[in-house]
Amino acid sequence: MSTRTTKSICRVALVVFALILWSSAGTASAAALDSFAGLEGTIDIAGGTAHIPVMTDAAKNIMTFNPKIRITVEGGGSGIGVQKVGEGLVSIGNTGRALSEEEIAKYGLKSYPFALDGVAVIIHPDNPLSGLAAEQIRDIFSGKITNWKEVGGKDGAIHLFTRDEASGTREVFWEKLLKKGPIATGANVVASNGAMKSAVAQDKDAIGYAGIGHVDQTVKAVVLDGVAPSQENAMNGSYPVVRKLYMNTRGEPSKLVKAFIDYILSPEGVAIITKSGYLPLK
Amino acid sequence: MCAGSLALAILSLVVAYPAALGICTLVHGLARGLSARFLLALVHFMTSIPTVVYGFVSVFLLVPRLREWFAVGSGFSLLAAVLTLSLLILPTITLVLHSRMEQLDPTLRLAAEAMGFTPVQQVRCVLLPAAARGLTAAAVLGFGRAVGDTLVSLMLAGNAAQFPHSLFASIRTLTAHIGLVLATDSQSMAYQSVFAAGLLLFLLTGAVSLLIRKSGGKNRGL
Repeated sequence: MSTRTTKSICRVALVVFALILWSSAGTASAAALDSFAGLEGTIDIAGGTAHIPVMTDAAKNIMTFNPKIRITVEGGGSGIGVQKVGEGLVSIGNTGRALSEEEIAKYGLKSYPFALDGVAVIIHPDNPLSGLAAEQIRDIFSGKITNWKEVGGKDGAIHLFTRDEASGTREVFWEKLLKKGPIATGANVVASNGAMKSAVAQDKDAIGYAGIGHVDQTVKAVVLDGVAPSQENAMNGSYPVVRKLYMNTRGEPSKLVKAFIDYILSPEGVAIITKSGYLPLK
Repeated sequence: MCAGSLALAILSLVVAYPAALGICTLVHGLARGLSARFLLALVHFMTSIPTVVYGFVSVFLLVPRLREWFAVGSGFSLLAAVLTLSLLILPTITLVLHSRMEQLDPTLRLAAEAMGFTPVQQVRCVLLPAAARGLTAAAVLGFGRAVGDTLVSLMLAGNAAQFPHSLFASIRTLTAHIGLVLATDSQSMAYQSVFAAGLLLFLLTGAVSLLIRKSGGKNRGL
C-alpha cells in the first residue's frame, strides 16, 4: 500500500473521529448528562410497553455521551417488569400501574413515577357520535345499554372491547371512569393497547379504551362529559382518567441506575417524555 | 374457561377431521397421480405456516366477514376460532392418517382389486378398517394440538371469560387466559389462577397422550 493511500485513510479516519467527538459534544452540552461522566456498567430495563419510547430515547442519549455505559430496553408488560426487577434480572422494571402491597412486600421494591398517561374511550371513526357522558359509558360497559340508538347514535348493537384483568390501562379506566362498576362478561378481551386499537378500527360498532398516546386517526377518541381526552386536558386536571407511569428498582438503586432515574426526571428527560406523547409529572 | 377450551377443541376436530379423512381417501384411492401429489404437497406446506399468520390473516379477513354475515356480536367468537383452528390442525390429522395408510401392506390393496372392489369400496371396506388405529391416533393428536394452541384463541375467540353458550359468543380458553394474564400481572388472584389453568391444561394434555399410548400399546405401537 502506498504511503499516499495510507495518509488519505488516516485523514478520513481523523475527520470521522472529529465528527464523532463533535456530535457527542453537542449532546453532552446538557448538564443533565454530566452525572454519567466516569461511570460505566450496564442498565437492563424491562416491563411496561408504554415506557419504551421514553426509555430508548434516554438510553440513546446516555450511551452516545458515555459509550462505556450499556443500556438495554425490553417490553413484556407491567407484570414482567415487576417480576424481573423483583428477581434481580433487570435493574429497572417499568409498570403502568402502582405496585400492589404484596408486590412491594415480597420484593422490597421502590417506585419512581415519572409521567402521566391518559386513557381515552375510543370508537370507530365512522361512528357519528363524538361525545358521551360518563354515566352513559358506565351503562354501556355494564351491558345496560346495548344499542348505539340509546345514546343518540345510529341503530346497531354495541360491541364491547375491554382489556385483560391485570392490565394497567384497564385498572385506571375501571377505577376512574367506571367507578369500579361492572363490565359485561360478554365483552371481548384484547391483550394490548395496539390490539385494542386495531380491533376498534375494524369494527364500526365497537367501543373500547386505550392510552391517549396510542390514539391516532384510525380510531376516534370520545369526548367525555364535554372534555376532550387530550394531553393538555389531562395535564390541567380537567380530564380525569389518567394514570402514572413508574420505574421500579429493588431496594436502593446503584449509582448508575440512580443517575438514569435522575436523568429521566431532569428537564432533558421531561423533553423526551413530552416528545413521546406523555405528560411529565410536576 | 375449561368449557371454552373443550368446546373449541371438539368443534375444531369436528370440522377438521372429516376434511382430513376426505383428503386421505382422495390421496389413497380416489384421486391418483398429479392431483393427489398436489394435495399432499399443499398439506405439507400448510404445516409450515406459523400460527400467528393464521391468526393475523383471520383477524383482518375472517372476523369482519363473520360480523357482516351473521350480524351477531363483534365477529371475535367461538366460530372464528373454530374455523381457523381447524385449518391449523388439518395437516396434523391428515399427515398422521396418511403415514398410517402408507404403512399398510400393498398386497391388501392388490387383493382387494383382484376381488373386483371399486376404488370407493377399496377405501371404505379395506383401507379404512385396516388403518383404524391410525384413525383414533390422528383424532387424539389433532385434539391435543387444538387444546394446546394459544395464539389462535387469543387473537380470535374474543377472550370473554364466560360459558360458551353460542357459536357467536366470545370465549376464553385456558391457554389464552395464561397468555393474557402473564403479560401484565405478577401477584394478584388473577395471577394465581394462571397456575390452576396450567395444571388443568397439563392434566388434559397428559390424558391425551395417555390415550395415544394406550391405543398404540394394544396394537404394537403406532
